[in-house]
Amino acid sequence: MTQVHVDVGLDPARTDFYRRLLRQMLLIRRFEEKAGEAYAMGQIGGFCHLYVGQEAVAVGAMAALRDDDYITSSYREHGHALARGMPARVVMAELFGKATGCSKGKGGSMHLFDAGRNFFGGHGIVGGQIPIAAGAAFAVKYRGGDQVSLCFFGEAAVNIGSFHETLNMASLWTLPVIFLVENNRYGMGTALERASAIDDIGVRASSYGMTSEVVDGMDVLATYEATMRAIARGRRDKAPTLLDVNTYRFVGHSMSDASHGTYRTLEEVEENKKNDPIGKFCSQLLDGEILDHEEVENLDTEVIGEVEDAVAFAESSPDPDPENLFADVYHD
Amino acid sequence: MPILTYRDALNDALREEMERDPDVFLMGEEVAEYDGAYKVSRGLLEEFGDKRIVDTPITELGFTGIGVGAAMAGLRPVIEFMTFNFALLAIDQIVNSAAKISYMSGGQFRIPIVFRGPSGAALQLGSQHSQAFDSWYANVPGLKVVAPATPADAKGLLKSSIRDNNPVVFLEGEMLYNTKGEVPDGDHLVPIGRADIKREGSDVTIVCYAKTLAPALKAADTLASDSGISAEVIDLRTIRPLDTEALVASVRKTNRCVIVEEGWPFSGIGAQLVDTIQREAFDHLDAPLLRVTGADVPMPYNKKLERAAKPTPQKVIEAVKQVTYST
Repeated sequence: MTQVHVDVGLDPARTDFYRRLLRQMLLIRRFEEKAGEAYAMGQIGGFCHLYVGQEAVAVGAMAALRDDDYITSSYREHGHALARGMPARVVMAELFGKATGCSKGKGGSMHLFDAGRNFFGGHGIVGGQIPIAAGAAFAVKYRGGDQVSLCFFGEAAVNIGSFHETLNMASLWTLPVIFLVENNRYGMGTALERASAIDDIGVRASSYGMTSEVVDGMDVLATYEATMRAIARGRRDKAPTLLDVNTYRFVGHSMSDASHGTYRTLEEVEENKKNDPIGKFCSQLLDGEILDHEEVENLDTEVIGEVEDAVAFAESSPDPDPENLFADVYHD
Repeated sequence: MPILTYRDALNDALREEMERDPDVFLMGEEVAEYDGAYKVSRGLLEEFGDKRIVDTPITELGFTGIGVGAAMAGLRPVIEFMTFNFALLAIDQIVNSAAKISYMSGGQFRIPIVFRGPSGAALQLGSQHSQAFDSWYANVPGLKVVAPATPADAKGLLKSSIRDNNPVVFLEGEMLYNTKGEVPDGDHLVPIGRADIKREGSDVTIVCYAKTLAPALKAADTLASDSGISAEVIDLRTIRPLDTEALVASVRKTNRCVIVEEGWPFSGIGAQLVDTIQREAFDHLDAPLLRVTGADVPMPYNKKLERAAKPTPQKVIEAVKQVTYST
């Protein structure tokens, strides 16, 4: 990981918090690297969309949430699941299609769910999760609670109808939703400016009377702070916020897509890798003498072990019982 | 027993279930201040307030998805479509979210939601407002599909649908709202998945549901008085899950069957019923199964053409005469 020197004041009293953020980002990075390997070996099937490069977004935003808040995501959601605290074992087992996976092997990479953590899932239709997130916020308001509903989606979803329909209603009804746009600049292989007549996403929020903010999504603390501001608006005023979080995917759209070639150059990818969110945060912590090299190495060793354990767990877990093919379609 | 319209029976069901369970709410276009485009929700805003009777913008996909999210968070939404013709705009959320989230999550989430509104044709509304998508919804595992024909069944089935822990597509009809019938007092529940024999008979089974019950009964009356044919009329009431047992028992008794449905013929509900009946009652059949369906055209506007495109008692009579070889 490239290390970039950034001069930002860190508070030594928050060392545990910073360590947790770094650990989660490292866990997601190592998890995704392993998932890529397992995919290449045929242990993971179907579509598999990795999160490498975007770790600071999930980790920074999720760190701002309470346990009783709601999360909804897209099909690129391994990182969100892990950042929410879902064990690497059940996430990896789901990718492997095993009975011990969070969705009992019926969901797969794109459909991770965890009811106990209010993780309302990985959704495979672009924009499909956006009104669902607003529905969770509607339920909060209906019951007079103060939770918020955080919705992750890519910048390509800002052109789909459900985005516009939901932003309108969330603003009209003042629902406590945070629309977090993970702006990695490409919807599959189509650059934002080739797909959007207006590529300043905040304009879309303001056209619905909604506050928005542009966030450096390669900076975990900046993402955390911006999400905290949005959450305050949600809890206090029940007002929605749109966060345009700028990030970059270091890998292809899915496992079948090369990281560069047709729609972006190797130079562009390499240039962005200099801004690696993990390397950058490491440098901050080292320069600020919050952590030393040994502690960082130890964290990395720890998460590598956790991922290896997750793979071993997934490999040794049974396939779903064929008798369960018809279970879970309906509830009594 | 009080006589109620189908509309008021639905209204009673909504009111009673909202009184019973504070998690039940109604959302849709014109449901609150306008009292409902077809007045099904008349008076409910006054009684329950705008927190629970929620007017939406014209944004079917959005409010359907909001309903699904609210259901995941534990509420029991009733989503009204002004007509199911407009639900095409929301079908992604009905099929990809409501129907699948339980399964995709390994059963972690249940989606107790009712999608209701009039379906099929009314009078001279033209092609885009006169469509019956019953078979589209019935095709999808994870959905239940209910289509009551009478006020009593409308009330009892809507109450059961609201209490059900699964997404229910509840098909009503503009032409049914003013029809009247006896509705039992009190907490009247009709179970989902049970057909009802609306008229007993011995020579032929006429299968119908929702709007096609009326032409089926009228045909049965005429057949009895004019031709001495005793038709049994079985009202499915629920399309999915299908009451195979009741259906097959009736055909085994009469040995002949005519299916009446409002939708288009190709891949329609009747095609599914034929598949079921030929497997379950093959040795009991004395004639090929026949279907009376909507014509295989977009609905025309002209009154005569529209009538020609709809199932009618005369079409049912002709089909029954064919299967009883009594031309």
